[in-house]
Amino acid sequence: MMPFVYNFPFFSIFLAMLSGILTPFLKNGKMAQKVNFIMISAVGVMSAVLLFALMQDGGATYTYMMGHFPAPWGNELRAGPLEALMALAFSVVMLLCICGGFRDIFEDILPEKQKFYFIMLNLLFSSLLALVYTNDIFTGYVFIEINTISACAIVMAKDSGETIVATLRYLIMSLLGSGLFLIGITLLYGITGHLLMSDVQNQVVQLVATGRYQVPLTVVVGLITLGLSIKSALFPFHSWLPGAHGSATTASSSILSGLVLKGYIILLIKMFYRVFTIDVIRSLRINDILFFFGLAGMVFGSLRAIRETHIKRMVAYSSVAQIGYIYMGIGMGTGVGMVAACFHILAHAFTKPMLFAAAGALSATRGHKKEFHDLKGSAYDNKLAGVAFTVGALSMIGIPLLAGFVSKLYFALGSMDDSGRMWWTLLVLAASSVLNALYYIPAVIRIWTPSGEKTAVKADREKPGAAFVFSMVVFLFANFALGIGYAPVLRIIETGLSLL
Amino acid sequence: MNNNNTAKSLWSRLSAWVEGDPVPCGEKAARPAPRPARKKMPHAKKFRHFVSFYRVMAVFFCFVIIGVLLVTVNALPLFGRADNPASNEVVDRYVEKGLEETGAVNIVAGMILDYRAFDTFGESSVLFLAITSVMILLMRDKNNTDRDEDLRTARELVVENKHEDVILQRVASLVIPCILLYGIYVILNGHLSPGGGFSGGAIAGAGLILYASSFGMIRVHRFFNQKTFTAITTSCLLVYACSKGYSFFTGANHLPTGIPLGTPGAILSSGLILPLDICVGLIVTCTMYGFYAMFTKGEI
Repeated sequence: MMPFVYNFPFFSIFLAMLSGILTPFLKNGKMAQKVNFIMISAVGVMSAVLLFALMQDGGATYTYMMGHFPAPWGNELRAGPLEALMALAFSVVMLLCICGGFRDIFEDILPEKQKFYFIMLNLLFSSLLALVYTNDIFTGYVFIEINTISACAIVMAKDSGETIVATLRYLIMSLLGSGLFLIGITLLYGITGHLLMSDVQNQVVQLVATGRYQVPLTVVVGLITLGLSIKSALFPFHSWLPGAHGSATTASSSILSGLVLKGYIILLIKMFYRVFTIDVIRSLRINDILFFFGLAGMVFGSLRAIRETHIKRMVAYSSVAQIGYIYMGIGMGTGVGMVAACFHILAHAFTKPMLFAAAGALSATRGHKKEFHDLKGSAYDNKLAGVAFTVGALSMIGIPLLAGFVSKLYFALGSMDDSGRMWWTLLVLAASSVLNALYYIPAVIRIWTPSGEKTAVKADREKPGAAFVFSMVVFLFANFALGIGYAPVLRIIETGLSLL
Repeated sequence: MNNNNTAKSLWSRLSAWVEGDPVPCGEKAARPAPRPARKKMPHAKKFRHFVSFYRVMAVFFCFVIIGVLLVTVNALPLFGRADNPASNEVVDRYVEKGLEETGAVNIVAGMILDYRAFDTFGESSVLFLAITSVMILLMRDKNNTDRDEDLRTARELVVENKHEDVILQRVASLVIPCILLYGIYVILNGHLSPGGGFSGGAIAGAGLILYASSFGMIRVHRFFNQKTFTAITTSCLLVYACSKGYSFFTGANHLPTGIPLGTPGAILSSGLILPLDICVGLIVTCTMYGFYAMFTKGEI
């Protein structure tokens, strides 16, 4: 008999889907928001309990049979410390994102459509959980579809001309990514005859040993990596990101950059570890390619952000650079690099939504204008948002005591294992940190420069809501917690990665 | 002196940039003058070059991908051969034990609604999501409808009511019952013969669309409006989620479900597959019709 705690991944996914399905029955958007809040909190608590239980057993992993048929025939979930940690982080961040953009959701979206927005959020959350927990490639694909549609819909929900254009670009790029991934798993099924991750891995190891189907295998690895990197906005495929993240409503921007991109990266890491194995990835030199584009993204994303005068688009371009960091860590192909990449997933997930929410609140004090010259001195009208934006910016630059510093430290440590790459990594890391500072510090100075004129609309300087205060305070706390007490988190990630 | 000036202007530009003001360009005023009315755009030539370059590269990349995929397909294992990797224990059990374990004569139904029911649940949610996102985008509201459009819709409605197409309506009234009946047949026999919820739902949905387009939406509204639409899709998904959730939970914890499989071949057999097929069929029917109604009228 399996412990009851082990049911929690299944409960989490099902609860999220169930609340999405139930939402149309509810009276209005406020009710839908309450259901959403309760559901995410419940999932968060369950993930925390599961993580605790798994770490108690010294890092246990298990598979969960979905139905009455064992694995290669039926569907299967898999949970270990890494998965539970990610599910916990995702639920906390999701909750805070919605709280942080709480007021904007009800202002930007028409009352009769607010319910639909929460359907999208609930199902988006279920798909993120499923991407984290799945042990079956095809289940992964089904939930990628759910993720794609709902992610596009939460951009579109604001319903202005700008968001429609951004959604179209996002939809086209995202579907291209899903299509490539689908072709990839079809070919993979063709050469291995399995969809379950562990069985595919056995077959892949055999194929590599016997040297059969080398061409299809190479193409499969390429297609799946390409598809997932398009969907997670790795550097040359980032063109959709600033529009989608910069124009959507605050909560959507936070969720998209904090969580949706990460879901695909986690799936990619799982594909590398549990399906293709790191040796195959290294022998095909896929990690070199990811390393190169990661470095390129770190530099070009930042360069583009320096020229941006729209606060949300600037933060969105900074996401391109941060995704570059994560791919650089994956591309190092070493254990420490991967740990650093996973830690940066968390660090970015706890920082970028805070920046977006703070930017949204700052622009609300100026009548929702988002150009920097309109936002001069806005931090004085909403001090909490100003502080949050400042701390988030410092964390992204990599100031000690904050989350961003720890990941940069570990990226640098990870590069030491590989003398060929060490100089490249360290050089680009330093250059990128300087570039980050070059656009974040002026942005911070701008919002804290007192504007001479006191003509800003008074009505917009209302007090920040309780939800916003809650969200900012927890985000700030989490940033310092990850920056100071990072050791246990790193230990969980290390254990989780070694068990993948 | 000159040097000093340049340094000064550089400094003022930097400080303006840091403070977020528009950067002054030399002596000129800070903000560029509003763009002149559409004359010759100075970038037009450059832009044209970019577009042609873009097209060439797009074609080039398409050919590269086509080439790579053709080479890959050529290297894939041959279809239907005994040594094909896909003919392994997974397929063997589906074929040999499928009937015994799921009770479904149609093995495909057994696979999608019993062995891999979780994926199918995901797919049904995809349909639900798709129609919901179309509703977010197209349902009439003050952002996407203006007075002209309202007037046009009203005019169209009048025309529709006054000029009924007799030939279309007579033929439709003969054909529609058959289509709906066939759709229901395909849904109900999903576990016994090829077909099932997805295909049967598509047939029934087509029948509903034909009814709406030949007799007008008003007639459909008598028995099918947004309330019924929401009630049907949501409760079907709910039934699916609850029944399958129960079965997943008992399966994972190795508990008996107590759901009888029945005699294979009988209409009431194969456990949960028949009710699930009906749910999926209703969802697909509603979604098909919902898309049609949303894209033509902006309401269900």
